[in-house]
Amino acid sequence: MTLFAAENLAINFGGVKAVDGVTFDIQEGECFTIIGPNGAGKTTIFNLISRIYDSTEGRMMFCGEDITTVPPHEIAGRGIARTFQNIELFEHASVLQNLLVGRHCHKTTSLWSEALFLPSVRKAELAHREKVEEVIDFLDLQHYRDSMIMNLPYGVRKVVELGRALCTEPKLILLDEPSSGLNVEETQDMSFWIEDIKKDLGITVLMVEHDMGLVSEVSDRVLVLNYGRMLSYGTPQEVQNDPEVIKAYLGG
Amino acid sequence: MSEIQCGKKNKQEPSDNYWEAVLFEFLQLVIGGVSIGCIYALVALGFVLIYKATEVVNFAQGDLMMLGAFLAFTFITILGWNYWLGALAAIVCMFVIGNLMDRAILRPVLGQPQFSIIMITIGVGYIARSAAGMMPGWGNETYAISTPFSSQGMRLIPESMGQLVVSQTDLSVIVATLLFCAGLFAFFKYTRLGVAMQASSQNQLASYYMGIPVKAVFSMIWGISAAVAAAAGILLAPTTLIDTNMGFIGLKAFPAAVLGGFGSIPGAVVGGVIIGIIETLAGFYLPPGFKNVAAYLVLLLVLVVRPQGLFGEKTGKRV
Amino acid sequence: MRFLFKTDYDQDIRLAKHSGYYWSYGALLVLITAVPFVLDSYYVGQLTQLYIMAIAGVGLMLLSGYTGLVSLGHAAFFGIGAYTEAVLTAGVTLPFMSEPVVFPFVLSFPLAAIFAAIAGVIIGVPALRLMGIYLAMATFAFAIVVEEIFSRWESVTNGYTGLLVESLYIGDMELTDGRPFYFLSLGMLIMVILFSLNLLRSPTGRAMMAVRDSEISAQSMGVNLAKVKTTAFGISAGITGLAGALFAHKLGFLSPESFTVLQSLELLVLVIVGGLGSLHGAIFGAMFVLALPQALAIMKDYLPLYIAEQPGLEPLIFGMILVFFIIFEPLGIYGRWLKVKLYFQMFPLYKKATFKRQKSYMKSERLR
Repeated sequence: MTLFAAENLAINFGGVKAVDGVTFDIQEGECFTIIGPNGAGKTTIFNLISRIYDSTEGRMMFCGEDITTVPPHEIAGRGIARTFQNIELFEHASVLQNLLVGRHCHKTTSLWSEALFLPSVRKAELAHREKVEEVIDFLDLQHYRDSMIMNLPYGVRKVVELGRALCTEPKLILLDEPSSGLNVEETQDMSFWIEDIKKDLGITVLMVEHDMGLVSEVSDRVLVLNYGRMLSYGTPQEVQNDPEVIKAYLGG
Repeated sequence: MSEIQCGKKNKQEPSDNYWEAVLFEFLQLVIGGVSIGCIYALVALGFVLIYKATEVVNFAQGDLMMLGAFLAFTFITILGWNYWLGALAAIVCMFVIGNLMDRAILRPVLGQPQFSIIMITIGVGYIARSAAGMMPGWGNETYAISTPFSSQGMRLIPESMGQLVVSQTDLSVIVATLLFCAGLFAFFKYTRLGVAMQASSQNQLASYYMGIPVKAVFSMIWGISAAVAAAAGILLAPTTLIDTNMGFIGLKAFPAAVLGGFGSIPGAVVGGVIIGIIETLAGFYLPPGFKNVAAYLVLLLVLVVRPQGLFGEKTGKRV
Repeated sequence: MRFLFKTDYDQDIRLAKHSGYYWSYGALLVLITAVPFVLDSYYVGQLTQLYIMAIAGVGLMLLSGYTGLVSLGHAAFFGIGAYTEAVLTAGVTLPFMSEPVVFPFVLSFPLAAIFAAIAGVIIGVPALRLMGIYLAMATFAFAIVVEEIFSRWESVTNGYTGLLVESLYIGDMELTDGRPFYFLSLGMLIMVILFSLNLLRSPTGRAMMAVRDSEISAQSMGVNLAKVKTTAFGISAGITGLAGALFAHKLGFLSPESFTVLQSLELLVLVIVGGLGSLHGAIFGAMFVLALPQALAIMKDYLPLYIAEQPGLEPLIFGMILVFFIIFEPLGIYGRWLKVKLYFQMFPLYKKATFKRQKSYMKSERLR
């Protein structure tokens, strides 16, 4: 079943076509990867999906609904979570608080009940906490629960960010370069987690990644972009053998 | 045909005169507005220079202006120096003071949130005001500097056409502002130091790596900004006289800077002039009270319509 | 050194994290309850003032310390609360009634807070599109406009002539003076603190902190930036307005001069010196702002006459302390308090480097 579909997606930045006529679909339960040289428009596609940018053309369908003009803060509630290329965590808060913010799209309590901290709020908070603890267990973050983000090393922050995205209980998770800045061992962990997210949690993964080892290990299908246009589309093996792709990466 | 025309002309003559008077009155106000606006522009220029380089909004800018004016007063009136010499000396002194202020107070807090640094400049403003009040010979009274410019109006157009004058004082302000802007523009565009300043304002870390002495550059910018403030104070002195609270005029320069986009030198000048004109016109045509708030109402309006100011660039974080 | 063993998620939600909280805050409560029966009325008045400033400080802290939105115009909300209270308790002629309606304080206080909150939301709406310095400027401009309205809208505020504030009575007891007013202000402060603590441990408070640290990822987590920012402005302005309403009775006489830019700056100094990002900071800051003039008055007796007689002495010291605090203790009094506390907890193993600041370069806040 198609979970997400982009049809003829395009965006211009002052005449520069950052993304130009990109069409792809993501099937439920797969791991879909976008690769391409720097500046190919990969992150721009992520920003289009999370509605930080408005697309100039085309439309996006998610679960059979058009999300092209949905306000950005409603995206998480609809089941799309994301991580960022350069880690965007809440620096002056603890890991626990960061993960709890991930529960924000499931907020049920009103301002006034919160101000009085009615029993319903306490109950909701405990329920959120339980969900968060599941993610903590899943990602082995027990040790860092109460640490402040600013005191954490880069690798752990990367995991916390993944955890925060998982806390929204998404149907589709967007991972922007999950392995950037990680060492070999951490990258290996990351690839196991991506597998688990896909298989055990049943969450569809859309990722942007440069590390071809990781890409061929976890992804089912790959889309190659160059200068905002689609270059190739297929399984990792097919894509790697595509002469167009080799040309784009190696020149010539 | 011609008769009718003649009749019309005769009928409209008194009203023509009336409108002419209104028009000249309006133009006269605009000239006054441009003059005061240039002062705002000079103070705003100081804000913009510092903001561009260090992202600090210097709330003490008005107080630096006050210090500059008092220094000029000391040199010219108390010590009896020549006006030009005294003014130059005051500007140089303020350059040094601005430089030292950055070294002593602002360098230790580099990298802290803007908010705290802004509070430091507010603190410096307090210190400057009360210190000036305690200085022997300065004190909390109002003083004047004798200037070579007369406040007498000069005719801009022949008397037969109407009444439109500009005083030498006003003219001096306008000309000096233009000179300063041109000078700064050339400085940033054509000198090595100017280009280095632009670089350090865009990316501090990268500039370090490129061998630009970023800290020294910042101190330099604070110096230049203080010097511009001193010039504004000296030019303002004939109009409002000097006292320790004259720095509050700096608060009027905020709307000017924001209007211009807070990062743009021409923007600051245009913003200052616009604010000056609007304020003068509001003072004349609108009920009392509007003169004080006109600048701020314009500011609020601009921010609602165009949040990045008239000349500012719209930016967003890249993720 | 205390080790906490957590056996229940509720332990992280509770306000009192361990039994020590009951002892220390209980002792504090006993102390401040006993104080008005021991000290003479001057000090009771000063403490009342402290509580009022602390309420306003908590209000600004929620906005600046927790949501990261700087306001240079909180005196406006303070003033709106004060004038609303003064006008409502003096009696208002409503269109459909023949006699002026005098509002009882149980109604006038909430109304003062609500009026200020509405003003806060109004300034919060343009604030949605503004960042950093532009926002600060907008609030600054707003405060100046409001100040001008206070002085020009003479039919209501009486302009610079000033407006007398009626005292409040319950039966024969005057509520707005001495001990009753002390307890009224204290009660309000405790209420406001509990309100804020509750918010901060629930989704809205976390969303506020998220907006402070990274707007873009807060948005991607489902936080509605517009809603959180306007809510923060509304709550902050409302709390500050409540403080203003109490302040009106404390002053007894309102004039626009009490609600100027300088007052806004004083509130900012309060939260900065107290310690940004902590409610303790608001209380410590209020203590500082009130104790400083007292300390200076005492100090003057020991200074040489020439210096002591200078009118500019107070702002000079004020400015210097502000500068020194930001350079040497950017976390404010609360930061120092934490260090002292840790020193005794760890004694004799306290390491100075625990709080060592990293050398940092300027980070652009133009983009956030």
